Amino acid sequence: MARVIIRNLNKKFDGVHAVKNVNLEIHDKEFVVLVGPSGCGKTTTLRMVAGLESITSGEILIGDRVVNELPPMDRDIAMVFQNYALYPHMSVYDNMAFGLKMRGFDRLEIANRVQAGAEILGIQEQLNRKPRQLSGGQRQRVALGRAIVRHPQVFLFDEPLSNLDAKLRIQMRVEIKKIHVRLGTTAIYVTHDQVEAMTLGDRVVVMKDGVVQQVGEPLELYNEPANRFVASFIGSPAMNFATVEMADAGGALWARHEGIRIKLPAEIAGRLRRHVGESVTLGIRPEDLRVASDSDTADLSFDAVVEVIEKLGSQILLDVKVGPHTMVAAVDPTVRAKVHDRLRLALNPDRLYFFDGVSQLAI
Amino acid sequence: MIEGARWRRWVFFNLPLTLFVIGLLFPFYWMVVTTVRPDAELYRPWMAPNYTPFWTFHPTLDHIRYLLGETLFSRWMLNTFFISLLATAISLFCGLLAGYALSRLKFPFAGSLGTGIFITYLVPQTLLFIPLADIIRNFHLGDTPWALILTYPTFLIPFCTWLLMGYFKAIPRELEECARIDGATRWQAMFYIVFPVAVPGILSAGIFAFTLSWNEFIYALVFLSSPEQKTVSVGVTSELVRGDVFYWGSLMAGALLGSIPVALIYSFFVEYYVAGITGSVKG
Repeated sequence: MARVIIRNLNKKFDGVHAVKNVNLEIHDKEFVVLVGPSGCGKTTTLRMVAGLESITSGEILIGDRVVNELPPMDRDIAMVFQNYALYPHMSVYDNMAFGLKMRGFDRLEIANRVQAGAEILGIQEQLNRKPRQLSGGQRQRVALGRAIVRHPQVFLFDEPLSNLDAKLRIQMRVEIKKIHVRLGTTAIYVTHDQVEAMTLGDRVVVMKDGVVQQVGEPLELYNEPANRFVASFIGSPAMNFATVEMADAGGALWARHEGIRIKLPAEIAGRLRRHVGESVTLGIRPEDLRVASDSDTADLSFDAVVEVIEKLGSQILLDVKVGPHTMVAAVDPTVRAKVHDRLRLALNPDRLYFFDGVSQLAI
Repeated sequence: MIEGARWRRWVFFNLPLTLFVIGLLFPFYWMVVTTVRPDAELYRPWMAPNYTPFWTFHPTLDHIRYLLGETLFSRWMLNTFFISLLATAISLFCGLLAGYALSRLKFPFAGSLGTGIFITYLVPQTLLFIPLADIIRNFHLGDTPWALILTYPTFLIPFCTWLLMGYFKAIPRELEECARIDGATRWQAMFYIVFPVAVPGILSAGIFAFTLSWNEFIYALVFLSSPEQKTVSVGVTSELVRGDVFYWGSLMAGALLGSIPVALIYSFFVEYYVAGITGSVKG
């Protein structure tokens, strides 16, 4: 068990600055997820922690040791790879025992640990098989098993579930979470799937273009995104954005654009007042839109034309056109709407997001 | 397979394939028939009424007996074995390390070095033997097996390196990275993980190298002179063609016996061999 500290970490590959000044402190027993689109530097960061990639500048500490110059074998970590990386010529047992043999554990201890690991993952029956005889889910379990028998200080996961089909992915996601709760080993998990990040992480690190955008607990990222990128990346379906002008009229603050005219509640008007006359980005989550009833004021709603209807069962997604903007509204499944219908959508005034038009930072 | 009517399959697939197989196997058949044909039949003129070129009714082992009894054939076989085995071992060892380094390690000029090695393979042996002959003479290796054991790797190492390099590249890098995180050094990861996974590739490189040295002719002809040092390919052709007299029966017997070991090796390892050439590794 150990904490991991990353200080001013940089990585340059022949001219490409892949990881830019990353600072991160991962507490003991914490499950931290690095998430972002491909090419955002999350995997490179993980590989630097593993020692598979050299560090251009900065420092990585595992426990209280600086590990910059340590080879992977001396860092006391275990890693699970996207393609499982099972040794094809070894049985499942030998795959799991390999790390222990390399470290000179005695035969009995190895057998005990492999048995215990196989029990946790439910692969006792497969111990004598070769990897190619296993299904995708079983291979993934073996890869996990190989990591947990080592009792390392830190687990590293590099998109371990992306080769599985959707159903199995959800099942294994739960299993990884259970294993973490049971073993309590510090874990760093890389994924491009925000749902995976939100469900697994104690804290989530959102990255883009090698820069950390925001670090926080899942709901914190969802409720208080630091910038427009985080807001668009976290949450499904993604947040709706519209460029609006801030205007002061009749003592109240209005966000206006073609088709949109919203009177901002007094609580948020205060901090937005200095942007009067400027263009800012308005963000509304699909789940904060609903079909307006008679009691809704015209100041907090707008007209929309339905373009596509996606019936998901628990909710209905309406793809609508609001003036020139395309938006998605997640509405109650009882709503009866048809394509080309014109309806009025009301929004939740407490859950409006505003981002600076230039810096895209949350206001 | 070609889809469609049965006649199409015959015309475009079965028939050409049959012709191809017959064309390939005919020389071997000719070799076998000539080996067991008595001299009287061998030198019978083609106009003779009882001329039967493709069959013999009086098979004989005389030629083989002559080959084994009156010539140094068994000695040549031993020489060839010894030389091919050692040359293959040296080339495989160097090829393994070089192929691994070129495919996995990052060092300056790795790419151009790989191409350079391949280019040396393209230099024809018929040119290379001239400078090599000088080197052999300077080291006083002429007319010893070492003249061949040390010169065969000049074309075998590039070949093995190139083949193994391609094979190593096909092995997922993560296998090794995982082993190194698991506690193996680079050497251990190489020996416990990469090489076992690469066995098909290593075998096919070895078989190829062995066959190439077994069949090699020009270096053996130039660097060896005394009959008891010769290899099969040179011994048979130089000792059984005396002046302008061809001892066809024994010549073919020598060719037949000389090709048996290679044929055996191929048939034993054919599965590995095909897997090695097509380079299929499943993770």
